[in-house]
Amino acid sequence: MQILIYGYGNPGRQDDGLGIALVDRLEEWASEKELVGFEFENNYQLNIEDSEAISNKDLVIFADASEEEIDDFCLSVVDGKGKLSFTTHSASPGYIVKLCKELFQKEPHVLLLHIKGYEWEFREGISDRAKENLDKAFVYMKKVLEHPEIALESKEELKTC
Amino acid sequence: MSQKITIEPVTRVEGHGKVTIHLDDNNNVTESRFHIVEFRGFERFVQGRPYWEAPVLVQRLCGICPVSHHLAAAKALDMLVGAGTGDGLTPTGEKMRRLMHYGQIFQSHALHFFHLVSPDLLFGIDADPAIRNVIGVVLEHKDLAVQGVMMRKFGQEIIRATAGKKIHGTGAIPGGINKHLSPEDKEAFLNGPDPLNIDQMLAWSQGVLDFFKDYYSKNKSFIDEFASFPSNHLSLVRKDGALDLYHGVLRAVDSEGNKILNDVDYQDYEQYIEEEVRSWSYMKFPYLKSLGKEKGWYRVGPLARLNTCEFIPSPLAQAEFEQYKALTNGKPNNSCLHFHYARLIELLHSAEMMKELLNDPDLMEGELITKGDKAYKGIGLLEAPRGTLFHHYEINELDQITKANLIVSTTNNNEPMNQSVNSVAHSWMDGKLEITEPMMNAVEVAIRAYDPCLSCATHALGKMPLEVSLYDANNKLIDRKRS
Repeated sequence: MQILIYGYGNPGRQDDGLGIALVDRLEEWASEKELVGFEFENNYQLNIEDSEAISNKDLVIFADASEEEIDDFCLSVVDGKGKLSFTTHSASPGYIVKLCKELFQKEPHVLLLHIKGYEWEFREGISDRAKENLDKAFVYMKKVLEHPEIALESKEELKTC
Repeated sequence: MSQKITIEPVTRVEGHGKVTIHLDDNNNVTESRFHIVEFRGFERFVQGRPYWEAPVLVQRLCGICPVSHHLAAAKALDMLVGAGTGDGLTPTGEKMRRLMHYGQIFQSHALHFFHLVSPDLLFGIDADPAIRNVIGVVLEHKDLAVQGVMMRKFGQEIIRATAGKKIHGTGAIPGGINKHLSPEDKEAFLNGPDPLNIDQMLAWSQGVLDFFKDYYSKNKSFIDEFASFPSNHLSLVRKDGALDLYHGVLRAVDSEGNKILNDVDYQDYEQYIEEEVRSWSYMKFPYLKSLGKEKGWYRVGPLARLNTCEFIPSPLAQAEFEQYKALTNGKPNNSCLHFHYARLIELLHSAEMMKELLNDPDLMEGELITKGDKAYKGIGLLEAPRGTLFHHYEINELDQITKANLIVSTTNNNEPMNQSVNSVAHSWMDGKLEITEPMMNAVEVAIRAYDPCLSCATHALGKMPLEVSLYDANNKLIDRKRS
């Protein structure tokens, strides 16, 4: 099984770096545990070439900071059927999934991990409140990566939004 | 009663732009403006930071052209460490940076044309917006959409191989570069599996240029006349007049091709260029001091670059350049939609330059850094995908940045974008009783031609110039607050 964990955001905008921080921690953890079958990726934002990057994966989990009214973190399924957005600078996860399907005829199982953030100024460093959410998401995602069927089969343990 | 039409947000343009068009009682356009409603205080953000952090910090301005900011900052810092301007680096230092830069230009130009512009050309600007988008392109012209994806990926891989990684790349450092190109990367780029090798990129670049020329032959009047107006043009050119996207002297020409800024050293840019602030936009309006605010504004970017340069130093792009220049009998091209034509010639040139550099042994060996005596002021310019990019830093004895001034490409194009909006508004909306979606898209087509990056541009003022004034019925000021 090929699994891609992909964080995106701007670490120079405080909590906007939550997705990247999480993926960095997961990559380090996976390396220590010598887990195989995982690929970790970070970028400022998603863009069109990511449709090709996800096309040969079985499971993709995008990780992003969220301003939504959620407690700490949650997961949602990305199927490319919802609102799609694209500029030269950013593309929504749904847009990437849609492009993947249309261009490469592949439909990996894709989830988006929303991690609640609070501060978005032009500064480095994640806020203390957001760090708590990051810690919780990290603990939870370790469990998911050790048992990816939780995500693939959308089992009850999946903490959905 | 007069009306105000607002188009917000401008789609397929990065950032948050707003266009307002004012109509009189006869529905004729009286005024139109392209507003910038987003703000970033980046120049203040870097003050107090050690200067060597700048090439990494500035990448956070924008996620799509971090390499342009990375390299412009590094060029400015070359001055601070006594390495001179762009041509003072070691051959390895300069050529690795150039490869990084051409990778950036290549991926940016490909992305813009295939995924933002092609819907308007393939379906027409008056087509149903439900079709006239990139998903429509995917469904009906899948080959073009796949090429766009893979060309962008190739450019991104070039960036990874030269800058170190996709985000927070550290490749360019003050005085040079921090690594050679690896043999594995060189082999992959030159002879990698189809389609990710340089020969395929060259073929596709030529192919998309041929596609545009075919479209142009069938829609000549539209491409030539849409938002066409005379303007000045500014860019870097190589000292011998060649197109050079990484380094050169500053040249500006007027709409007839007369030089109005004659190959000056960009270290002296403050002598020649000034920025005007207008109350209704957070983005400044640069102009040539010698001509003043009214006549001194200029275009930058692909259209301007092919108007200022005398030739292109790569054979395939030069051949295309000669055809392109023949359209205007060697005079500057002032047609807004010829930005796309010029951009695709640059796409081809970038592919040629990448191939030349990938075969250059200097990338695999040689000194990486040049050192010299410390200076306290450094200015770095290059031609970013969207046009001339200025980075200016000053530091103190503690090596902290005390001043930063950035003039980004989109800021340079501020007045021309407003002129383009005005031109289209008059052509499409004068006397009309109904504002249709195609009319609205026509305005956006004009803006999109510049490929503006509002994220980059809106750092422009160090502090949000918000001022609220309260006047009573007798026009007397009774309160005023500033943020």
